[in-house]
Amino acid sequence: MAEPRFTDRFGRPLVAVTGMGVITSLGEGKAANWAALTAGRSGIHRITRFPVEGLRTTIAGTVDFEGAEDFCAPKLSERLATTAATEAVEQSGLPRGDFPGALFVAVPPVEIEWPQRRALAEASGQAGDVTYADLLKATETGAFADWHDLFLFGTVADHLAERFGTRGSPISLSTACSSGATAIQLGVEAIRRGEAPAALCIGTDGSVHAEALIRFSLLSALSTQNAVPEEAARPFSKNRDGFVMGEGAAALVLESAEHAHARGAEILGYVIGAGEKGDGFHRTRSSPDGAPIVAAIAAALEDAGIGPEAIDYVNAHGTGTPENDKMEAMGLMAVIGERMRSVPISSNKSMIGHTLTAAGAVEAVVSLMTIREGVIPPTINYRVPDPAIPLDVVPNVAREAKVGCVLSNSFGFGGQNTCLVLSADPA
Amino acid sequence: MSGGPNERDVVVTGIGLVSCVGEGVEAHLAALAGLTEPGPWETERFAPYPVRPGPALDLSTQIPKKSDQRQMEPWQRLGVYAAGAALDSAGIKDDAELKARTHVIVAAGGGERDYDVDGQVLTAMRTHAAPDVLLNERLMSDVRPTLFLAQLSNLLAGNIAIVHGVTGASRTFMGEEQAGVDAIRIAHARIASGQNDVFLVGGSFNAERADSILAYAMGRLAYSGAPAAVADRTAPGFVLGSGGAFLVLEARAHARARGARVFAEIAAVGSARTGRGAGALAETLGRLFDETGTGADARIVSGALGLPSRDAEERSVLAARAPGAAPIVTQDLVGHLMEAHAPAGVALAAGLIATGEAREAAVTSIGHQRGAGLVRLRAG
Repeated sequence: MAEPRFTDRFGRPLVAVTGMGVITSLGEGKAANWAALTAGRSGIHRITRFPVEGLRTTIAGTVDFEGAEDFCAPKLSERLATTAATEAVEQSGLPRGDFPGALFVAVPPVEIEWPQRRALAEASGQAGDVTYADLLKATETGAFADWHDLFLFGTVADHLAERFGTRGSPISLSTACSSGATAIQLGVEAIRRGEAPAALCIGTDGSVHAEALIRFSLLSALSTQNAVPEEAARPFSKNRDGFVMGEGAAALVLESAEHAHARGAEILGYVIGAGEKGDGFHRTRSSPDGAPIVAAIAAALEDAGIGPEAIDYVNAHGTGTPENDKMEAMGLMAVIGERMRSVPISSNKSMIGHTLTAAGAVEAVVSLMTIREGVIPPTINYRVPDPAIPLDVVPNVAREAKVGCVLSNSFGFGGQNTCLVLSADPA
Repeated sequence: MSGGPNERDVVVTGIGLVSCVGEGVEAHLAALAGLTEPGPWETERFAPYPVRPGPALDLSTQIPKKSDQRQMEPWQRLGVYAAGAALDSAGIKDDAELKARTHVIVAAGGGERDYDVDGQVLTAMRTHAAPDVLLNERLMSDVRPTLFLAQLSNLLAGNIAIVHGVTGASRTFMGEEQAGVDAIRIAHARIASGQNDVFLVGGSFNAERADSILAYAMGRLAYSGAPAAVADRTAPGFVLGSGGAFLVLEARAHARARGARVFAEIAAVGSARTGRGAGALAETLGRLFDETGTGADARIVSGALGLPSRDAEERSVLAARAPGAAPIVTQDLVGHLMEAHAPAGVALAAGLIATGEAREAAVTSIGHQRGAGLVRLRAG
């Protein structure tokens, strides 16, 4: 039986955060990201990784300083995850290479990419029309064996599990744009069940290549405000016109408060609640009544054992698409009520873009830093308020504030809604 | 949370299974017993790689809206169909309230491509002065905008929510065979701990797509010989199959309260990361037998691959730990279903127990690249 102070109000092991790491287009590490985020600096820039001729969107928040010369999405995603997890595990003080818990990693779906398709087509010797039969034929040489492992969905997680010495079967997961939050949720659940004293939870995404961008572009999801890249992502503004793709990774060491206390680790904050709700309305759009978003937020508060009045700040999903921001504001108003008009809410995506699979984890780290530093990063590029979103979006300039409890929202295609409650103190 | 020692037991109350054999666990058990013809092989379309083709399905029985059918590619249709069949089997298809609090874990890879567009682009890129610019132009103009939604890994779960109204919340696990066994493991843990009462768990795989075969052909892991059972093959490799397998898992108390039929109890789920060094798989599997408490009388449903070194290590463990009846090899019945393979094995095992063919069963999951799992079932 654990000491009462190590359990939450439902008697479950209390889940502390003892290590965090992050990398985005703004830089590597918490310090660099925090400095940029609180200065209101944007990491969005013109894409140089591949030619942009013929594209409607030519900007993104790619991470170009991590060896992008041989770009391949799973390779970059693994590098980003490794960087973030190294920072997190070092901060936690847990042994390197012998992590006392499981790995939950949100990874972008992998696929054979165009450079590999082209190489296979060339190796096939087909001089006429190329078909997949030719690509299949080219494999018979055995020259492409390494690409099998590279393009398996489980490879990034396996490499991370090997490097950090996590326990058990690592889980690679996707809940689309809420994946990072789901990775944290899985870790919270594992610790509450007592399966292990710790969990390493990572969200990573280094998948900005031409086809990935074109896919979102064809769905009209991306901003086309290419002229001034830093000003394209405009969450909650009336003139928002879509999200900007970003890359990055974040890692959190979750640990039972009892385990953290016993080894004298510094506790950076707590994950006191997680909630989720599916939406069966449409593949890319939320139910018009916002009910699933409302249910996910309410479930997170309920799981935390707190009421809406306890929320001091909302780290928004805030993608900057016309649809998302409207629905998110509506859902928040429904749960938190009139008070929501004065609860600060901001979107990190205004500066780093939408880091997709990584976003929920990146934003959880930023949320916990907000609590620790007492400064709320702004929503930049907010010049034209949207009357339909009557919220305090912390426009353009960071704000000092005492923040004890943060609601962090993540929503994704396929009806995925995942919300986390992060707190300075045990609830 | 309910009290009592066995209230939180996890039981199988619904099975949806489609493959080359046909539809339904009964059809699969009949084929296993040799009462019906085995499922067909497709040896021409992807030669030299044979596959086990999916069945002809009347999609309208599970996916009534044509618009929904059109929005999906085959891997999703197989999965949504099998998920619907599992809900039917559990008797909850028309229970909107229950489906709204049923959680989903899907084990999936990614979806299909537009093979014609890919071929045309590759052909054109070969002679173009600026191939990457051409790629941008062709993809912008030739790709169907909604194809992305048939490719995203989590959109099988998304379609299950849309078509069947199962909206507790979904999570999609990726990672080949291991995703299937970990999906069952996590659902089991969440039910046993009292967090949730009902889960829909499973996956689907479309083998009739050159890009899927390509990934494994690159690794020289796709079987390219004449149709043969795993044990009879003279060349290494697995035969991919098209199919879908979903299970409704439920807390015993919840199943009892609504008068549900129990196929079997899932007594324990073990899964582990395992290296590829000699002996690593055997060591891991042996440990999973211990951890799951699997007895010597358990009927074995094997995830044997057709990769000699992996198979030999599995066989050595089975010979020592479950020396009874010869294992049922799921791949021989339906082909290798990758992420859906462990759920399909559990579906077969639950069927064997429900029909009295076995009192206890154990399903092995052997990752072709990494990982292993063992699911123990017993009469519920």
